[in-house]
Amino acid sequence: MVESKQQWKAWVYLLPCLVLLAIFTVWPIINTVRMAFLENYSGLKEAGGETFRFGVANFTKVLEYKKFLQCLKTTMLLCVITVPVSTFLALLISVALNSIKFLQKPLQTIFFLPYVTNSIAIGMVFAAMFNIVGSFYGTENEIVVTAGIVNNVIEFFGGTRVNWINYGSTYLANMTVMVIYIVWNALPFKILILLSGLQSINKQYYDAAKVDGSSKSRIFWRITVPLLGPMLAYVIITGFIGGFKEYTSIVGIFGASMGPAHDAKRLNTMVGFIYDALASNQQGRASAAAIILFGIILVVTLINLRVSNKKVHY
Amino acid sequence: MKVVLQNLTKIFPNRKKGGDDVVAVNDFSFEIPDGKLVGLLGPSGCGKSTSLYMICGLQKPTSGKIFFGDIDVTALEPESRGVGLVFQNYALYPHMTVKQNILYPLQNLKGSDKMTKEQMLERAVEVAKIVQIDELLERKPHELSGGQQQRVAIARALAKMPRVLLLDEPLSNLDARLRLQTREEIRRIQRKTGITTVFVTHDQEEAMSISDMIVVMKKGVVQQIGAPQAVYDSPANLFVAKFLGTPPINVFEGEVKGGKVWIGEDAVADAEGIADRKVFVGIRPEGFILDPNGPLHCDLRAVEVMGRDVSVVSTNANCTAEQVRSIIDADQRKNMNGDVVRFAVKPNKIFIFDKENEERIVLPGQDKIAEAIEG
Repeated sequence: MVESKQQWKAWVYLLPCLVLLAIFTVWPIINTVRMAFLENYSGLKEAGGETFRFGVANFTKVLEYKKFLQCLKTTMLLCVITVPVSTFLALLISVALNSIKFLQKPLQTIFFLPYVTNSIAIGMVFAAMFNIVGSFYGTENEIVVTAGIVNNVIEFFGGTRVNWINYGSTYLANMTVMVIYIVWNALPFKILILLSGLQSINKQYYDAAKVDGSSKSRIFWRITVPLLGPMLAYVIITGFIGGFKEYTSIVGIFGASMGPAHDAKRLNTMVGFIYDALASNQQGRASAAAIILFGIILVVTLINLRVSNKKVHY
Repeated sequence: MKVVLQNLTKIFPNRKKGGDDVVAVNDFSFEIPDGKLVGLLGPSGCGKSTSLYMICGLQKPTSGKIFFGDIDVTALEPESRGVGLVFQNYALYPHMTVKQNILYPLQNLKGSDKMTKEQMLERAVEVAKIVQIDELLERKPHELSGGQQQRVAIARALAKMPRVLLLDEPLSNLDARLRLQTREEIRRIQRKTGITTVFVTHDQEEAMSISDMIVVMKKGVVQQIGAPQAVYDSPANLFVAKFLGTPPINVFEGEVKGGKVWIGEDAVADAEGIADRKVFVGIRPEGFILDPNGPLHCDLRAVEVMGRDVSVVSTNANCTAEQVRSIIDADQRKNMNGDVVRFAVKPNKIFIFDKENEERIVLPGQDKIAEAIEG
């Protein structure tokens, strides 16, 4: 125990950190709440001397806003699809990686590469891969030539090319590309966590299971998955939190228009909605949306924790 | 089910280039009679656990064969051998309850062995009763004490009625009191089920107290096989003599000359018909008799009273250890006065070993070296 006389010293040492936290974390949070409850708040107007009434109009407006609901839908869809898919794939890959000796390290490095690559750069590569025309944004009059690798492969196997992301592409096609991209991008972190989890499982459980005559699939479902429970819970929870904050991936593929040229903003997400509101000087609306997003993430995380507390138990 | 090991050898290749391969088990041949409890005994790294894992099937022998009854199981996977294995740290599945742990091997049974849910539950309760954990079925392993976990591990191994039960250092994770209790328990369970059982230990007392037979190993080579008492009373070599017995045997440098065994200037035993040579002389602590006219002279250091016995600590220039420890009946104590104690030696408690190869040389009047007894 630090003697109470000495405590002021501790506070002095903590001061630089506390000051920074107060300025860049605590105050912005308080300010966000303040702005959210000031009706039609705008920083510019406040600077011009305007005052704002206290109320919940920002929230009701955001919730009535069609664009917001579209953003919410896209975000939710991406989350609900990509988190389970990427978790399951990561689980399979890490189990496979863990069971080989030869090439394990190089493969581990390859699987980890997306993690250290800029997501905008990855997005541009994906955009090129799923492209069908010579230029990034197509127009109706443009001559369509198949250029993307994905369509090249499809045509090679005798399929018809799909308009994935260009002018006139469908929502379904756009979302498919997004799901593939997000899953691929989410894999490395999950593989890293799950692989280290696997490596910390005592080998004797597997010896015991072998003596007990367990089949491979049984060992996987009855031994590996339960013993990985804490790690799985962790990657699922962080996966959902990350999923609700999806933004850069869509910018990476579609650019700032957040959608194909004929229907810009079609793939806008919650975070995108907040940025748009900020860009148009509607800080009140942006704050309200941010708090709603926070609420959703909180609820989903609590549900996740409750489920995992029931499932992860040892 | 008798278990036969034929010239079992396990070589672990050295990972570094140019290094020597490690011979973990070297040419191990042995027949474990049906229904017996056998202890594999030796210091760490002697190959006893490797032998156990080869019987189990988790490790494949480099050469040699293993038979269960008349069936060659050398190439079989562990699950098709019908063995139960109890791991040193039990390896209970932490996410399953005791009941689920015991049920797990039963749920894996295939083909004609397949059981209904009711049969499985019945069996689980049955084995739980044998090891006296039927009260704990709904608990998780981390809610159990070490001894209870140990019993659950045995129950799990017993559940599918194995032909052979294997235990790897079953008592090493328990405290002294529990160890004593659990080893009786293992003996009782083994007797009750009549399953041929092999267990591995580095604790000679543990092995001697409950085994029908012990196998003493050193650096992958079997040193001696036999009933515990027979091995103790007639060790095959210096290693076995030193490894068995607490307090350990006292070893002196000596020689055989003119039909006598000499420790320094003292002729402690007859050795008629044995050629003159340098030897190690081993005398069990209980082999000393206080005798004012006894041949062996030692310098008295201390007398430790232990109630029933007295432990006399003395020194002798020829002893390989710092002190000679002898255990004497308490009523013999009067025969001690002065700085020098003199001992006579019981003829069946003194062993001589060739100085070169440390093999035992049987003295006249002593029994032959014990070999594996018949079941």
